[in-house]
Amino acid sequence: MVHKKRKLGRDVAVVGAGISKFGVHPREVRTTDLFVDAFTELKASVDKGIQTEDIDAFYLGNLSSDIFEKQIHIAPATANSVGLIPKPAVRFEDACAASGVAFREAIIAIASGIYDIVLVGGTEKMTNLPTPEVTETLAINSDPIIEFPAGFTFPGLYATIATAHMAKYGTTVEDFMRVGIKNHNNGGLNPKAHFNSSIKDIMKRRAASAVEKGLPEPRWADEMEFLHDPGQNAVVAWPMRLFDCSTICDGASCVLLVAQDIAKDFTDAPIYVIGTGQASDYPLSERDDITSIKATKEAARQAYEMAGVGSTDINIAEVHDCFTIAEILAMEDLGFFKPGEAVKAIREHATDLDGALPINTDGGLKAKGHPIGASGVGMIVEVFKQLRREAGPRQVKGKDLNIGLTHNVGAHGTTVVVHVFERR
Amino acid sequence: MAENELSSSAHNRFLAEKKLMGSKCQRCGAISLPLRPICPKCNASEMELVEMKGRGKLVAYTVISVGPPMMIEEGFDREHPYCSGIVELEEGVRIPGRIMGVNVTKPDQIKIGTPVTVEYQERVHGEEKRTFLAFSAV
Repeated sequence: MVHKKRKLGRDVAVVGAGISKFGVHPREVRTTDLFVDAFTELKASVDKGIQTEDIDAFYLGNLSSDIFEKQIHIAPATANSVGLIPKPAVRFEDACAASGVAFREAIIAIASGIYDIVLVGGTEKMTNLPTPEVTETLAINSDPIIEFPAGFTFPGLYATIATAHMAKYGTTVEDFMRVGIKNHNNGGLNPKAHFNSSIKDIMKRRAASAVEKGLPEPRWADEMEFLHDPGQNAVVAWPMRLFDCSTICDGASCVLLVAQDIAKDFTDAPIYVIGTGQASDYPLSERDDITSIKATKEAARQAYEMAGVGSTDINIAEVHDCFTIAEILAMEDLGFFKPGEAVKAIREHATDLDGALPINTDGGLKAKGHPIGASGVGMIVEVFKQLRREAGPRQVKGKDLNIGLTHNVGAHGTTVVVHVFERR
Repeated sequence: MAENELSSSAHNRFLAEKKLMGSKCQRCGAISLPLRPICPKCNASEMELVEMKGRGKLVAYTVISVGPPMMIEEGFDREHPYCSGIVELEEGVRIPGRIMGVNVTKPDQIKIGTPVTVEYQERVHGEEKRTFLAFSAV
């Protein structure tokens, strides 16, 4: 295949960002309500202000308001909740990459000249359904003819990739656990995270709760011992346990995307989008290799090429850790580490907040939470804050923090969208 | 197209006849599983049916404790987990299936590379009788 080098018709930048609290919200709260929280934070984040009536269009990523909220046609309803009527409102569904794809389509729309200012959002309200039905709603993002009938769930599909990765590279369950520990440490510093607590905090809480109930105080030598305790960390789909899985939760996120030539009207510190890429793939069994996600490689190739950067230029990344194995795959497929060598970096803490390449500084989908449609834009919110040095206690320190990457996967890699951002 | 013997819905009709059928491209020779009316490798539409022998080896797997309602209905839960996996057939193509005859209580001891043979499982879900593709460790 001959690759045509792509460039945008005109450049774009992010000038505002907002996110709701991720977590379990009351039953009666709808995504349209959560979106108001995200939008309110976004409006306050635009340094020189934005008038709602100046927004040209609204692009929304949402997996399944149909099943989760019994509401179809959620985009105009969400637009209405923040005063955007009569502006065009469109919903995008690309499994867990819904809002990452909505963001890419907004870039394309602005680059085409049809709009100057697009509000891009993502929402999901997952917690009203019982867990088996949530499991099914996610599982039907797999192939209905061959994968779903085999009994695969989403944890099951990634667990299957994990066994192949373990067999090929010697990756261990402890490596998966290390990813979870790191993301929980970051989530502990993020008040918007579903799990605003480190694994150590969780251990302390569980020990205290046992004592309160008059039970003997459980003792674990360290986080690893706690994570190996089946009573605390049950297997969901071996080798993926509860603390290897992203959380089922509710949330909303949004960013304000504008044409570069007007970006400075909104802020002196816009975050420029310098690369975008997207690719698709077959169901798992039809791929040549199941120890990597090929669509990530292709989407990253496109994004790096457009941006004129390579994987070694990235200073910070938000990757799609729907399961801990998925973060390992992303680290390899995005070119940060060689195949099979991501675990070495994890063992050496290279991707911690103070490491050479901090990954998932907001806690990732694991600790921040994974309200499906809100996740892709949620990653962009974090990169926006980090590159502008506005991430508070979890702010990455040091001078070299100019180029960030987001990596948003739909399902088991059947869709992947990658973006590269720059602070100038 | 919906009635085409190479359409995706034909996969389930063949399973009910206890047959695992693939499509073979007459131009490039690639076999597709499940059936594809258009070759995913070379985009040709001259495809013919080929029956798989049903022998292969396990290439990746998981043991699932928390299943969807369909599997819960079949009696699976935390105490009764089940194995799903991907099998590479002798014909060189891969297909997901339910994996039988492995020790689900010791998932870390299930071996990648285990030889398997096809098995057709008839299950009733609600009013509907369906045949599911499974493989049994030899």
